[in-house]
Amino acid sequence: MRREIAFLRHGKPVRLDNPSPTLTLLDYLRLIERATGTKEGCAEGDCGACTVVLRRLVGGRPVYQPVNACILLAGQADGAEVITVEDLADGTDLHPVQRALVERHGSQCGFCTPGFIMTLFALYHAPRAGPLNRSAVNDWLAGNLCRCTGYRPIVDAALDACAGAAADRFTANEAAVRLALAAHDDGQDLITGEEAFFAAPASIASLAGLYLAHPDAVLVGGATDVGLWITKQLRSLPKIIWLGRVRGLDAIEEEPDAIVFGATVTHQAARPHLARIDPDLGELMRRFAGVQIREVGTIGGNIANGSPIGDTPPALIALGATLALQRGQGTRSLPLEDFFLAYGKQDRGAGEFVRSVRVPKLGANEHLRCYKISKRFDQDISAVLGAFKLTLDGARVASARIAFGGMAATPKRPRAAETALRGVDVRDPASWRPALAALAEDFTPISDMRASADYRRDIAQALLTKALTEIGGTPTRLTRVVGRREDINAAAS
Amino acid sequence: MRPLPDIAGEAPLRVVRVATAHDSAIGHVRGSAVYVDDIREPAGTLHLAAGGAPGARGRVKTMDLAGVRGAPGVVAVLTATDIPGKNDVSPVAGDDPMFAAGAVEFHGQVLFAVAAETRDAARRAVRLARIEIEPEPPLVTIEAARAASSRVLPDRAFVAGDAAAALAASERQVSGTLRIGGQEHFYLEGQVALAVPGENEMLVHSSTQHPSELQHLIAHMLALPNAAVTVEVRRMGGAFGGKETQAAQWAAIAALAAHVTGRPCKIRLDRDDDMIMTGKRHDFRADYRAGFDRDGRITAVDIDMASRCGYSVDLSGAINDRALLHADNAYFLPAANILTRRLKTHTVSNTAFRGFGGPQGMMAIERVIDAIAWSLGLDPLDVRKRNLYGEGRDETPYGMRVTDNILPELIEELEASSDYRARRAAIAAFNAQSATLKRGLALTPAKFGISFNTLHLNQAGALVHVYQDGSIHLNHGGTEMGQGLFVKVAQVVAEEFGVDFDHVKITATNTGKVPNTSATAASSGSDLNGMAAQAAAGAIKARLVSFAAEKFGVAPERISLRENQVFVNNEAIPFADLVRQAYLARISLSSTGFYRTPKIHWDAAKGKGRPFFYFSYGAACSEVLVDITTGEMKVERVDILHDVGRSLNPAIDIGQIEGGFVQGMGWLTTEELVFDADGRLLTHAPSTYKIPCASDVPADFRVALFDGANREDTIYRSKAVGEPPLMLAISVFAAIADAIHGLNPGVPVPLDAPATAESILHAVRQIVGWAKPRSARAHAEHV
Repeated sequence: MRREIAFLRHGKPVRLDNPSPTLTLLDYLRLIERATGTKEGCAEGDCGACTVVLRRLVGGRPVYQPVNACILLAGQADGAEVITVEDLADGTDLHPVQRALVERHGSQCGFCTPGFIMTLFALYHAPRAGPLNRSAVNDWLAGNLCRCTGYRPIVDAALDACAGAAADRFTANEAAVRLALAAHDDGQDLITGEEAFFAAPASIASLAGLYLAHPDAVLVGGATDVGLWITKQLRSLPKIIWLGRVRGLDAIEEEPDAIVFGATVTHQAARPHLARIDPDLGELMRRFAGVQIREVGTIGGNIANGSPIGDTPPALIALGATLALQRGQGTRSLPLEDFFLAYGKQDRGAGEFVRSVRVPKLGANEHLRCYKISKRFDQDISAVLGAFKLTLDGARVASARIAFGGMAATPKRPRAAETALRGVDVRDPASWRPALAALAEDFTPISDMRASADYRRDIAQALLTKALTEIGGTPTRLTRVVGRREDINAAAS
Repeated sequence: MRPLPDIAGEAPLRVVRVATAHDSAIGHVRGSAVYVDDIREPAGTLHLAAGGAPGARGRVKTMDLAGVRGAPGVVAVLTATDIPGKNDVSPVAGDDPMFAAGAVEFHGQVLFAVAAETRDAARRAVRLARIEIEPEPPLVTIEAARAASSRVLPDRAFVAGDAAAALAASERQVSGTLRIGGQEHFYLEGQVALAVPGENEMLVHSSTQHPSELQHLIAHMLALPNAAVTVEVRRMGGAFGGKETQAAQWAAIAALAAHVTGRPCKIRLDRDDDMIMTGKRHDFRADYRAGFDRDGRITAVDIDMASRCGYSVDLSGAINDRALLHADNAYFLPAANILTRRLKTHTVSNTAFRGFGGPQGMMAIERVIDAIAWSLGLDPLDVRKRNLYGEGRDETPYGMRVTDNILPELIEELEASSDYRARRAAIAAFNAQSATLKRGLALTPAKFGISFNTLHLNQAGALVHVYQDGSIHLNHGGTEMGQGLFVKVAQVVAEEFGVDFDHVKITATNTGKVPNTSATAASSGSDLNGMAAQAAAGAIKARLVSFAAEKFGVAPERISLRENQVFVNNEAIPFADLVRQAYLARISLSSTGFYRTPKIHWDAAKGKGRPFFYFSYGAACSEVLVDITTGEMKVERVDILHDVGRSLNPAIDIGQIEGGFVQGMGWLTTEELVFDADGRLLTHAPSTYKIPCASDVPADFRVALFDGANREDTIYRSKAVGEPPLMLAISVFAAIADAIHGLNPGVPVPLDAPATAESILHAVRQIVGWAKPRSARAHAEHV
């Protein structure tokens, strides 16, 4: 049992023996260390001004994770090296990403700049298959907002600096850092404090025991939502159990007809596996928040959180995913849609946690389409998310599994429309009408700041129409303004 | 970017016109550029949080702050009764209380503040307040305020000719309504101030565009003379107009807390509080009627604009005036009746935002042009070109003649370089065979008047010192918010002294160095401060030259300063050596400089005169792709040709153009402010309020500077650039309307701004004739 949080700063260990469990990494940096290069822009993980990089060992290799320090708990840096904007230059020699940004005139007011620099620093170190292009850089930068430049010079700077292989003083000291980080990876349970604590169990058994003993504790995967309870709602969260050190909980298991994602698989880690099931799932994950959130946010958290507008549950429900839960030594599983009971209420008992989600792959005659409607394409929360799995018999729909987010208090299947789709000819739009009409009866959506109820109803029908049109054979270059399947498939091959 | 051609007839310049990097660029990328929240706090600094009203309108029935006072870490709780002087932080009308007392007029209006040992303690304490408002129904929308005749200022009209008669006599007419949403500034650095008390004086570090106004307001609030208050600002993390008047309240609260506790006090708003408690761009509704001939030439317009001003006057008078002054945009209006209504609502007081009412006025007339083109079946670009100011058609509705119009050439050049006609044909062919996706194209101009509408603000001061080692200390009244003002003015001063850029030390704006300054606003920063700094540097230079002439016995004309040296005939001595010798000879090496804009005059009562020294011009051509089944939209290509006169710094100017355009595109597309019926802002964080991100920028984005000197005598014949490019984004809005118009040609497109997917789908359904009434939310809250 370890009693202190430990991470590396400037090559030296920092130990926090009894911090507030909800101390954020940003407050640690700005208020305790007084390193003010990292900025707070929104304190909710949307603007990216607070981006720092965690260098961790994953499978023995150093990886550079960009994260939002504003909503990351200091304890989540345990076992990592924390790298901030002040650390990049070597004396007066700027880092290549810093130099490129200066040369391209990529800063104006400069307040967002440290965050951009750190995301670009992570990109600089990211392994890459092919050459870097503008749209790939845009994806990397979706979690960093700039209000001055219009982004063009920042993207140019990224293309200048990040095209080649990484060669900086961080690659130079990787061997030493690898040793230092490996020494931190002690496999021990971590718990600071008694009444109030930050705990990071190291095994599933420890987690199960600790959560049974403290069912009032808050389980934290990436803290990308819980972080806002702290920074915005000022909630008092005396007991935090962080799942990031639980060995085995982040496993991805391949089965012949399914992929099983452990609860703490991050969105970034899940993305290529989901993309293998269908390009629309890869696109959904591309548009899921920004890279800083995807790096720490977890598949299990996006489900357990119970949001009616979470992006993954509708897609996973359409695929027929099942959820595995554990309490103490006992486990059970249930269809994912049954987990969501009502707004803010899930089928999860005291001391019970999400263990994994099993996602079936698509069969031979199964077709998936997934669409996200939001005010902004990238890094936005869905107004409506529609996921459609149709099983065809020739041109006829044999069965349909559909799930929507944003249409009800939970992610929900439109059962009437699913039934009405049976026997429909995907090449004959006239035959779709009963299903479209049924869909209008399936939901009573609300109006909020993202969309009106009318628009949500209209969109649900438009998305079903689009899915039928596309599955009926119309290429997506004729049906979509972004996320075209042909482009994604071409890029992948 | 197109390289700037050689400029004939100009002495060779070594520093000005060079694409010098922002003076803080290295500090920005290293994280070492200091913003107010980064200043190392003096020991014992307290942290503040503000408590806002839980209702939008009504008398304060109870305000029980006992729980707040008793909360851990709390040192003081401040309300209106603690103010020794005037409870006002308004710029003009005296109607913005620092702390509301008795009644509240918008949801979130500040009632009190807490000073505590930590920011976290202050924020937690604020939430323990028990406040009850005796609620009255708030006026939230433009329609509600208009129906209730609720105004912050009287209506105002510009009248040119007899518009009613000309309309009646017109061959053809169009009419319609356009709703234009507001906009949150979303500067990345939120409002922040640090007040440090001294000996009967107060030093305030603030992120503000207007240090002098803060100084004066804080002095009045503390019942101190202006001279006892000093305001300093090194840089802002973005402002865009949102820190012109809106920084004052927080600086004043910090100053009051410092005054009451005797300790340094800092306030930094949480993002949500910032978005709820500070003003935004005015939303407008424009009802128009236009008469025109069969070629699309306008004969008369009647434009009735109503703006949501919020609960107080703030700058709404000048902002609505600028909407009036830009309701012509680039077009000759032979007869015009243009009205603005300055409506009072129970929402936060709307304020300055890049363009300052100009964009809303221009949106109205650009919709008029589109409506004319739609009704005649003409290409909107042809209608635009036919209506441009020209010979014999050069008088604006406010009586100023447009004598520097370069738009005909500029548009011609952009039309060719953007391949407008061929793309128009290609788009028609694409749309004919595409059922779900439709493309749209538009080329729109912008003409923006440069000078403050309020005449006396068109002045600036600077202070330059040369030290004995030849280093130069530069100070002026302008503030740096990222726009590159400091680098441009430093270039001017370096050029004047013939030294390299890095010999000039740029220093923080400080009311103790240059007094009585205007806000850095109205795009005027480098025009005004560049001239003032040049005058200050020029005065010292003249003394140095005269000293050298006497010392070396040559005529002053034989002396020149360049390349860090002073050339006397053909001999050179280092600049620093001459400075040292001048010091020993007791020559003053310090000077102020002053500038006031010439030629401008304005009769406010008549609405006539020459309010602008000159106009800045530009045009943009945008192409969009719209999904007509969902309303989703992507901007695919944008070509911009923009006039900055002869650029002081092309890299900085290109940055302003691109950034302004993208910000304008956000205003007209994804950025939607939603209030509920009780007047609560629902979109108070970046999770719900969506400014453009990297992928929203068109993949094909071509920006060029239009070559040509300012015809007026501005600093190195450059032009102002801060605001005008924002209005180039109207081309995106017009292109979306164009895509929708193709669905039912001849029918006017009822597209409102912002053109969110929902707004686009609504317009699509209206135009194809299967409209249904907008939802209650849309009616109640989107206006």
